[in-house]
Amino acid sequence: MSTALATKATPVAIPWGQLGPFIALLIACAIFGATTDRFFSGDNFSLILQQVAVVGVIAIGQTLIILTAGIDLSCGMVMALGSIVMTKLAADWGLPAPLAILAGVGVTALFGLFNGLLVTRVKLPPFIVTLGTFNIAFAITQLYSGAQTVTEVPEMMTWLGNTFALGGTRIAFGTVLMILLYLGVWFWLRETAAGRHVYAVGNNPEATRLVGIPPDRVLLGVYVLAGVFYGIASLLAVARTGVGDPNAGQTENLDAITAVVLGGTSLFGGRGVVLGSLIGAVVVGVLRNGLTLMGVSSVYQVLITGILVIVAVAIDQLSRKGGSR
Amino acid sequence: MSAVLKLAERQVPLAPIVIQARGLVKRYGQVTALDGADFELRAGEILAVIGDNGAGKSSLIKCLSGATIPDQGEIILDGKPIHFRSPIDARRVGIETVYQDLAVAPAMTIAENLFLGRELRRPGFLGTVLRMLDKKKMLEQSVARMNELKVGIRSMTQAVETLSGGQRQCVAVARAAAFAEHVVILDEPTAALGVKEGNMVLELIRRVRDRGLPVILISHNMPHVFEIADRIHVARLGKRGAVLNPKKISMSDTVAVMTGAMAPEDIPAECLA
Repeated sequence: MSTALATKATPVAIPWGQLGPFIALLIACAIFGATTDRFFSGDNFSLILQQVAVVGVIAIGQTLIILTAGIDLSCGMVMALGSIVMTKLAADWGLPAPLAILAGVGVTALFGLFNGLLVTRVKLPPFIVTLGTFNIAFAITQLYSGAQTVTEVPEMMTWLGNTFALGGTRIAFGTVLMILLYLGVWFWLRETAAGRHVYAVGNNPEATRLVGIPPDRVLLGVYVLAGVFYGIASLLAVARTGVGDPNAGQTENLDAITAVVLGGTSLFGGRGVVLGSLIGAVVVGVLRNGLTLMGVSSVYQVLITGILVIVAVAIDQLSRKGGSR
Repeated sequence: MSAVLKLAERQVPLAPIVIQARGLVKRYGQVTALDGADFELRAGEILAVIGDNGAGKSSLIKCLSGATIPDQGEIILDGKPIHFRSPIDARRVGIETVYQDLAVAPAMTIAENLFLGRELRRPGFLGTVLRMLDKKKMLEQSVARMNELKVGIRSMTQAVETLSGGQRQCVAVARAAAFAEHVVILDEPTAALGVKEGNMVLELIRRVRDRGLPVILISHNMPHVFEIADRIHVARLGKRGAVLNPKKISMSDTVAVMTGAMAPEDIPAECLA
């Protein structure tokens, strides 16, 4: 009996979900490096990371939600609303920049709370809830901004777009912030009880409830926290573009989900590593950057992103079937 | 093995009552699930709870594990009446329940599953400020506890989903046994398991009992019940139909009592427990 169990207990599982994004990244870099001269340069990589920062930080929030077996379709729109709120409060009302930033993050956190309450109290599926708030956030953004870009932006809000020199390469403060946030969330998910409970809820909410962890409280916390990350992404978006753009968030929405799925986090919940989402975001960024350098039309970038998501989800699905019985 | 059984036989009539229920009533709308049910679990025994569908078996267990609140009646633990509002209340007083199929988080490791909801934190700054988990200590304690119960799983850092069904169930039972101070309740722990795997879980349940924890075992599997139970509580029509001695009564008579084919007063006195 023990031998039979031993063979059953040690399946040689290659973590394709974890390795996939690395392989994709390497292949993409090899292709772009071979076909364009400008791809392999410190400045270009720095530019990619800077372009990735907004999607990357949204993807942190998205990862937390997907880990609980949820999904947030509203992330990009909520981010756009956040950047309009913070820039308009500063421009129209003359609110000091720090307060305006806090208000912007507060609004995105409120949207997270709203999503979370609908998911936990009204027991609606996250897909439908966030499809609704996607539209609500978009409409509020358009109404509040009058569909006008906010151009009078206080200097403090663009500070994260400034760069410093590191070995001859200019690196944006926003990039550093993104990496620090990733490391912080990685630590939290991995080393604290609250972080492990996020995985437990995604794995088996009923088992989690029965051991005395209220799954609804974990879920609500995750949605609010995700909202906070969208708020930080709002600030990064303002810093990068220098304006409050009511039409932001359109590509970021799907790009963030793509980044998370590419990064190996399972849409079924309970498995994944947040650092994978950073790699996923970089893959998306590299693709966009490389294809632009190759002179490929942006429509093809959208096409390739769409194909990537489906491939990543298919790998997730197949590895799940092989991994559990 | 026979020494253990003899010891158990000798002890059971003398053993004090650990948990007792008196006159439990539970209604769901028009349906009366429990109609004045009594229950007693004695120290050091495996008490099987059997009953036809709708006999009030699961309602009784839910009352004892805090999953439902009875409309009437009382539950007495170690001589003191208690009121559970949730399964967490029951856990707090040392009653651990393993629910069928609901017990574990598959993608998490065995050690994480054992300590889920009662994680240990590092001492000092790392634990209080950074709230860091003490993974090393939890791993060591997991190994120690699983060794105590002779659960033959080598690595506590493998994901539960890499285990066979029987091994998963062993992890769930071991978790309950490791943290229960009073009672372990097992809901159909051998359902959906093969013969070998089922025996592995039965062995583990016996070891839990032999270490002094009384076990309530809900099961439909008569051979398993007869193999390990010290007494059999038969739930019938929302009440306690009878408490039988599996060493004296036959399996077919037990089924007859359970289904009502044999009236409680027709049961020979020596078969009662």
